[in-house]
Order: sequence, then C-alpha cells, then structure tokens
Amino acid sequence: MITRRTLLVTGAAGLLTGCDSIGRSGAGKSILESGEDAHRFLQRSIMGRDTLAREFRADQMSPRFRVNGSATADTPEYAALSAGKFVDWRLKIDGLVRRPLAISLAQLQAMPQRAQITRHDCVEGWSAIGKWQGPHLSRILDLAQLKPEAKFIVFHCADRMGDGSAYYESIDLIDAYHPQTILAWAMNDAPLSTGHGAPLRLRVERQLGYKHAKFVMRIEAVASLAGIGGGKGGYWEDSNGYQWYAGI
Amino acid sequence: MDEDAPPPKTIMRHRLVTRVWHWINALAVLALIGSGLTISNAHKFLYWGQAGANPRDAWLHVPRWPSWATIPSYYSLSAARTWHLFFALVLAFGLLAYLIWSLANRHIQRDLRVRRAELKPAHLIADARAHLDLRFHDPENPAAYNSFQKLSYVAVLFVLLPLVIFSGLALSPGMDAAWPWLTDIFGGRQSARSVHFICMALLTLFIVVHLALVILAGPLNEVRSMITGKWKVPEA
Repeated sequence: MITRRTLLVTGAAGLLTGCDSIGRSGAGKSILESGEDAHRFLQRSIMGRDTLAREFRADQMSPRFRVNGSATADTPEYAALSAGKFVDWRLKIDGLVRRPLAISLAQLQAMPQRAQITRHDCVEGWSAIGKWQGPHLSRILDLAQLKPEAKFIVFHCADRMGDGSAYYESIDLIDAYHPQTILAWAMNDAPLSTGHGAPLRLRVERQLGYKHAKFVMRIEAVASLAGIGGGKGGYWEDSNGYQWYAGI
Repeated sequence: MDEDAPPPKTIMRHRLVTRVWHWINALAVLALIGSGLTISNAHKFLYWGQAGANPRDAWLHVPRWPSWATIPSYYSLSAARTWHLFFALVLAFGLLAYLIWSLANRHIQRDLRVRRAELKPAHLIADARAHLDLRFHDPENPAAYNSFQKLSYVAVLFVLLPLVIFSGLALSPGMDAAWPWLTDIFGGRQSARSVHFICMALLTLFIVVHLALVILAGPLNEVRSMITGKWKVPEA
C-alpha cells in the first residue's frame, strides 16, 4: 500500500529532480530565462535613461571594501605593467569606431573626471559603499567616434579565469552613455589597488558587481555579442548562465 | 428537527479565480523559497542598513540549506536566480491580479473582512478553544472563515506577500535607481535583504500551519474544494 508518507517523499524527490531537469532543458530553461528580459523591460520602462543610482555621503563609506572575483591578473604581461606602475599600459578602444585609440593612464587622469560614492551590490547578496573616480565612458566613446552600427560595448580584461579564458563583460549603449558609467582609475581617493582591478575598472552603477569589469585592457564596440567569447556577453554569462542584464 | 430539510451537503466553497490563483501562487511561492534558499547559501549572513559584507557585522548567520530544500538541488547561484527572477514576476503580477479581482467580486469585503467583534479577546479565546477541539467551522455559517483564518489570510495577502515582493525589489540595483524611496522604506538594501528573509520565514511558517490544518480538517475535502470548488459541509 502506498502511504501518504511515501507519496510525499517520492513526490518531493520527484519535484526536486523535476526542477533540476526543467532548469536544464530547452523549453523550461528558455521560459525561466525570459524573466531576465521581462525585468529589463520593466525596469527600463519605469526608469529614465539617465536616472542616477543612489549616491552616498563620505561618512557612509564602508570601512572595509571586500575584494571579490580575481584578486589579480595572474599573467607575466600584467605583472610587468603593474611593476612599471602602468606607465606602459594603454587602454585600447577599437571595433566599430572610426578612430581607434590607445590611451595612457595619465591621459585618462587628465580628462574631465567624475567622482561618485556608490553602493556596490554583489550578486551573492552583500553590499559595500565606496568612492570611484574616472572619466565618463561616454567621453571616450565620443573621442573614438562610435559607428552607428555599434550596439554593445565589450570590456576585455587582463584577468584569466579558472578555465583559462580572459574575463570580459559587456553593456548596451543605454548604460554605456549613462552619466555614472565611468572608467575608474581611483577608488576611495587612491589609485585602484590590484585587488580592485588596477589600473582601470568599469563602474556601471545600476547593475550588479560582476558587470563592473576589473583590469580593463581593451574596449571594443560591436554590433552583436554573438562573436565574442561564448556569445552571451560576459565570462559569467558564458560559463555559468548568469544574467546578462544584472539590474536585478 | 428530523422533519426539517437537511442543509445542503455540498456547497461551492471557492470561486474559480481564487482556486486558479491559489495553485499558481503555491507553485510560485515554493519555487521562490527553494531558489531563495540557494541564493541565501551564496552569502549566509544578514545585515541591517545599506551596506554589509563582512560576517562579523552580521546580525544573523543563516544556516547552509541542504540540497533537498533548494532549487536547483545542486548549488548554482545563476540557475537559482533564473528561477527566482521568473517566479518573482508570477508572484507579483499574480497577487496584483488576484487582489484586484477579489475586490471586484467582493471576495475580500465579504469573506476576509475582519469585524471588530472578532478581535475581542473573549472571541479570540473561544476561537482558539474551537481550534484545539478541531472545530474549524461555525455550524450556523460553515462556509465562513473563522477569525484566525481571516487574520492569517489578511496577514499573508496584505502584509507578508507585498512585503516580500517590495523588499525583493529593493535588492535590485536597477530598482534602487528607479525607486530610491523603496529602499529607504526598508532602511537600506541590506535591511531589505533581512526583511525579505524574515518574510520568507514567516511565509514558510504559514505554509506549515496551513498544511497541518488542511490535514486536520480533512485533506481530501479541503484539497478538492480548492480544485473543483465543491466542499462537503462537515457534520456538526
């Protein structure tokens, strides 16, 4: 005889394995993943293109700001650049631009700057408040003269991940031209430490931490994310299925 | 008394909208709790205020949830988020539609309105005694919810579910830009995260008590009434 208990236990076990297979399989997975697009659509509908992320007072800054992700970019090239205090480092801007650029750290520091005290929200759930400073990404894109077919901006990084591939991230032009989207070379009034992504880190304040690419080496303008890495727009998106839109 | 016509044995207990919403919502809440526990495993510490990242600042060290309780059963924060973000929309828009509909068909005003007299201590004590005797229905009006039932449904519909939805939204950096007042209501993102967790715990408590009472009240009759709407009036 089937007791209620057996029914409940097999039912629960069936539910769980069912959930795992729904989450992995084609149709179930794509239905669940449609949530990301819905959230992006809804959020973009209620917020203006230039709606600012919250900024904080200096006394609200976190006493300790956790280093997360790659603590360093463990390559000989990066070690050499870091040893030379990034004097030989150049930020390359290429792809769908009329004027490819190679910009030095000193040039970035000489551009008009924006400083902002914002809350960094990790996908894991923790938050830390820090001060970031650097030029607007929009200014650099304007200097390079984006071609009209450019739809996404890709950030290629120096850090190598577990599978040996380089970290990368991407954002669309709405976030690329957002007034708080900066290329930060300073954090908490000091040059970026290695752990926080020296010499340059993206700040894209309306999204979660993994979008804020560290150790940025090259910025590429593209029409589609399909040809980059695994095609999903970022290292975590490709390797683990993290959401490309990380506004939620 | 025997000559009187016996009361109808079976009545229509739950309207179609209530039944449909109940099951959609049950599915969404279970998926959200399971995937939420996986998300909790990613950082098992809760804080108050805007920021918080170091375990020593935490007010609560949450246990690591075992795989039988989590969705997916293996640890994957990204997969859990995919589940969570999808069913969050089902929960929020499902609740919104249900509340609007239930105002329109007067389900809320008729069946869920808590009368002042029901809150009197004497009445609540009597209701508690009746629960302990496993008498859940007023023989005069068996389809009506008892006072504890009303109070818990009102707490879930109008307090816990809205709170869990809005505290969840306050965790989103996009929403924090769009609606900064929402994060302020909770006193910061990490406070919202704590409130979100507490609401989940209270909803889980509600589910446990709810299921226990369904079993005590007669599970077949109760579950059938939530599927077909038909409910056999228990003999007094």
